[in-house]
Amino acid sequence: MCVLQLTIMSLRIIIVLAVFTGVTGSPSVTVRPEADSVYVTAHPNSVPETGEETGFFGKLEVLVEDETEEDMMATGELNPNHYPAQRAAKVVQHYLNTRYGSPYRLLGLQRVHSGNAEDVEDSGRKYQLEISVQEMIGNTTEKCSAEVLFPRGEGQRSPQVQASCEQLLKVNNTAQEEALYKLFKTNQSLLSAQNLPDSYGHIEPDMKPLWHLSIVASSAVMLNESTENTLYNMAQVANITQLATENDQVKFDCHVLLHEMVSQEIIHWKLLFTWSPPEGVKVLQMEQLPHCHDCEKPPNTN
Amino acid sequence: MVPKDNLEDFAGHKTDHHEVQVEYDYFKFHPMPEITDWMSQVVKDYPEVVTTVDYGQTYENRVISLLKIGLNTGEKKKAIWMDCGIHAREWIAPAFCQYFVREILHAYKTDPKMQTMMKNIDFYVTPVLNKDGYIYSWKDNTTRLWRKNRSPGPLGCNCSGTDLNRNFDAIWGSIGVSFNCCSQVFCGTHPASEPEAQAVTYFVGSRKEDFLCFLTIHSYGQLLLIPYGNPNYTASNYDELLKVGLGAADAIRSVHGMNYTVGTSPDVLYANAGSSRDWARLQGIPLAYTFELRDKGIFGFQLPEDQIQPACEEAYSGAMHIITYAHDKTFNAAVATAAATLWTMLLAVGVTGTTLM
Repeated sequence: MCVLQLTIMSLRIIIVLAVFTGVTGSPSVTVRPEADSVYVTAHPNSVPETGEETGFFGKLEVLVEDETEEDMMATGELNPNHYPAQRAAKVVQHYLNTRYGSPYRLLGLQRVHSGNAEDVEDSGRKYQLEISVQEMIGNTTEKCSAEVLFPRGEGQRSPQVQASCEQLLKVNNTAQEEALYKLFKTNQSLLSAQNLPDSYGHIEPDMKPLWHLSIVASSAVMLNESTENTLYNMAQVANITQLATENDQVKFDCHVLLHEMVSQEIIHWKLLFTWSPPEGVKVLQMEQLPHCHDCEKPPNTN
Repeated sequence: MVPKDNLEDFAGHKTDHHEVQVEYDYFKFHPMPEITDWMSQVVKDYPEVVTTVDYGQTYENRVISLLKIGLNTGEKKKAIWMDCGIHAREWIAPAFCQYFVREILHAYKTDPKMQTMMKNIDFYVTPVLNKDGYIYSWKDNTTRLWRKNRSPGPLGCNCSGTDLNRNFDAIWGSIGVSFNCCSQVFCGTHPASEPEAQAVTYFVGSRKEDFLCFLTIHSYGQLLLIPYGNPNYTASNYDELLKVGLGAADAIRSVHGMNYTVGTSPDVLYANAGSSRDWARLQGIPLAYTFELRDKGIFGFQLPEDQIQPACEEAYSGAMHIITYAHDKTFNAAVATAAATLWTMLLAVGVTGTTLM
């Protein structure tokens, strides 16, 4: 009898412990973490190339992967979350804002659903994308198909974009735009604003249309400047000033700061542009400004 | 900050203290002196769990400090590392570190899980690592977008500053950097040439076996980046890093619906060498992540203050997912080891008992 009782008791304890162990995971010994055993994939060109030691203005002096590996990676079906598709999709955003943007219509890339890239002989590389775009003021979203061609060859040419997002543009902003246009035309003094947004991310509600207009005008620059190795966003409007005109046009001079993600540089541009509801934003002049990072006084940009 | 008569401490708790307490606004951006005062106040309010540790100096000779949060058991404990503000202009990051501290201290009061974690691990939180840069970014409108530290350039250079997140000794200088001292990604004159990088290197390096995870907080982009920044290198626990990162992204999405992309820097953003995250992983710290907080470019570095709260809430959820995983993996496994030992002993007793009887 004693033996039986002892056995049953032991069995019960064993079962309880087995359940307990099963719940908390298999027993393991805590191992002291060692330095990571890193797997190095053989790369024929792992020796870094030295960047040119010239002035940085206008050049991206960032050490990039050897071109051939990048080429191989960014062809065929693309991972929509990886940077090649994301950068190309951002270019589509800049294109849409350049063409369709206004003080009451601002487009943002929301998501890339799928992408494909292929080399086009003697032309460059073409991306085909399915994306979702958000109209940020009205908060509507639409799916778009787009194609981006990054040209190769002599000179620095801008990407060529084709996109169809019909639904988005059917939102009627006419009343608001007309009212704003009238305000710009009839105001006694010419409007002007600085630091949109300010250091705290704040923009006065009355100034928001000027911020939107600057984003649209900047989009033309960002579209022009984009390559497969860049990702642009407008960081801030340093200054926007309405200029007097003798005709129906509403005209602005602005100084914007663009953030380029890959180099992490802040690039200053001066833009001259017009706006009217029927014509949209038209950039008349664009000029990159040299900027001294560490000067005590910023250079006079007027 | 306005003194109030409703007696609340820096964590927003009612206290018995009769001195006038000031309520700290976690949803505004604070200049460095206010953050320093806040750190002192947190220590005063939670002396049993919080101490300050000074662990280095910036180029301009400012003390670099962290808050060490956890129950003092008198024994060596496992640890979690979090740093914010390596890049001066990323103001949402220091805001998040402060919010994180508040949240874990709140949870310590009420949540048994957090109480257990505070017994088992210490949290080391550096609210502003690049103090010189942060202070400079507050100077005026023209300095707001400063990124680097404030050390002077090498001889003959017109520009100042080294990118601290390219300066760590982790395949340093190999890719995604510039050797031009004017560049925003200038990696410095040699690995860990910068005092701020040295501070982290010495403090974490001398305790590397203790650290379960290393989280470095940045903005913007809504990304969770895993090692390594150099595409020729794969972490030995890549699958785990990805799985836990995806879990964190799910946790983030459940808060306010925001999508954070998970992946290595070269896949998802750009290749880069010399990051603090890569250095930490190379030391053997298994779970090393870079958080890139809100937004995706519309406001960028100048995130509006009305987004501080939602940005912090979602990031907290993501960080806690990783931290909880790291903790449970270490401490539940230890419990299972004890169970297995007992099991073996009892089996032995059972067998012996049967034989004897």
